[in-house]
Amino acid sequence: MGGASLLTQVAALARRSTVRTMRQPAVIISALLFPMMFFSINASGLDAASKIPGFPTDSYLDFAFAFPLIQASLFGAVTAGADLARDIESGFFDRLSLTPMRPVALLGGMLAGVVALGLLQGVVFLTIGLLMGVNISSGVGGMFVIVLLTVLVALGFGGIGAILAIRTGSVEAVESAFPLFFVVIFLSSINLPRNLIEQDWFRFVATINPISYLVEGIRSLVITGWDPQALALGFGFALAIVVVAIGGAAASLRTRVV
Amino acid sequence: MGGFFQVAWAVAGRQVYKYVTNPAFLAPALFPLFFFVAFAGGLTRVGDVPGFDYAAGYIAFQYVWALLQAVSMGGAFTGFSIAGDFENGFARRLMLAASNRYGIILGYTMASLVRATMTGTLVTVFALITGMPIIGGFDFFGLISLAVLANIAATLFGAGVAMMLRTQQAGPVIRTPIFLVLFLAPVFVPLSLLTGWLETAARLNPFTAILEAARSFLAGDPTNVVAAFTTSAILILVLALWAVYGLRRAERAG
Repeated sequence: MGGASLLTQVAALARRSTVRTMRQPAVIISALLFPMMFFSINASGLDAASKIPGFPTDSYLDFAFAFPLIQASLFGAVTAGADLARDIESGFFDRLSLTPMRPVALLGGMLAGVVALGLLQGVVFLTIGLLMGVNISSGVGGMFVIVLLTVLVALGFGGIGAILAIRTGSVEAVESAFPLFFVVIFLSSINLPRNLIEQDWFRFVATINPISYLVEGIRSLVITGWDPQALALGFGFALAIVVVAIGGAAASLRTRVV
Repeated sequence: MGGFFQVAWAVAGRQVYKYVTNPAFLAPALFPLFFFVAFAGGLTRVGDVPGFDYAAGYIAFQYVWALLQAVSMGGAFTGFSIAGDFENGFARRLMLAASNRYGIILGYTMASLVRATMTGTLVTVFALITGMPIIGGFDFFGLISLAVLANIAATLFGAGVAMMLRTQQAGPVIRTPIFLVLFLAPVFVPLSLLTGWLETAARLNPFTAILEAARSFLAGDPTNVVAAFTTSAILILVLALWAVYGLRRAERAG
């Protein structure tokens, strides 16, 4: 391993990360089942909301489709973060740091696992969504862009999960951050368009919450078609989160290894 | 019979002591509070949908669901405590010492009611601060009665599962069904506005009758009260048998 390139090291750890996830059927099932369950309940329970004057579509199912994709990315981030924390708790990380393997490979491997899970979730949810009757206005090209944006979001959230794992070194601490992530998702335009949120404070929070723009980017491809502004904001915020989160994780990693 | 109540008081006293010495006992209120903020704050315009005719307004509409969620999750958390007691060996010693083991179930249920009182009060105070009106006057106590019964039912369910499995890994087995029952109900709009599979599920869900009657109490226009209290009584009876079955399984396991 000593002479191996960074890419080989990342590939080895990515394989380990992916195999570990795949060997936990409960994790896969939770990551796929719970977001779809919430989507199904929300879409059906809030179907009447599409009758609000000014609502952008007559199908709440289409409107809500961004929800499982964003929520699934969150699940993936927490799972990956918890796995990394477990590596720290179990001493695997310390043993690894005694080898010539570069610590950044561990982070890269973990994030590759997040990307793999995000890709799987994006494809599965898109398929199930289409079977449930979701109409993607942007067509087949839009579906690819939806999966791409989902993977970017998963990568960004994965970076945040990595920061938590590296900083705390505790599985419990990473998992207890889950409700916080959940709150941030709900305090966005996930359930209603921002212009239809009546409470001023909630609309303000949703406007400053980057999650709103990720949601609106995906949603625009589903209900509007190709909306350059929504997509630019969606990809812009997703990339910003990726850069900040992975940069933060790399900085945290340096602190821990030193 | 004396042993039954003695055991119940002892178990309840210990549990309540554990609550007051650990602020985490308010944890069951966190998710309901969060859902209340997210739904009552973000979805107010849903109250403008044609056919949405709840007199007390959307904040009150969501408060009732949040309150019932808080007390039900309080019951689930009591199940987690019981599972924890089995894992750390306390429950085994308790069962050896208790002169009447049925008192153990009553004791945990009494303690759960104390916890539900605290978490329910927290949710109610929060809702009042955010502008929830109480236009039903004394009918509010009808809502509280239904909340108490919901807590007892959830506690008995959690106790049954915890005593059967006797491990903290039973957490999802306790939490998930309660969560599903809470969500497969008219959470966002009244039953009359639900459509599709969720309407069918909500009509079959016994919790719907309790939720709708509880909302009607808060709005000062009690409806389907008999159905709600009858449903609660049947649930408690069935789940009490379930808890006793769990206790028997725990006894047999030694």
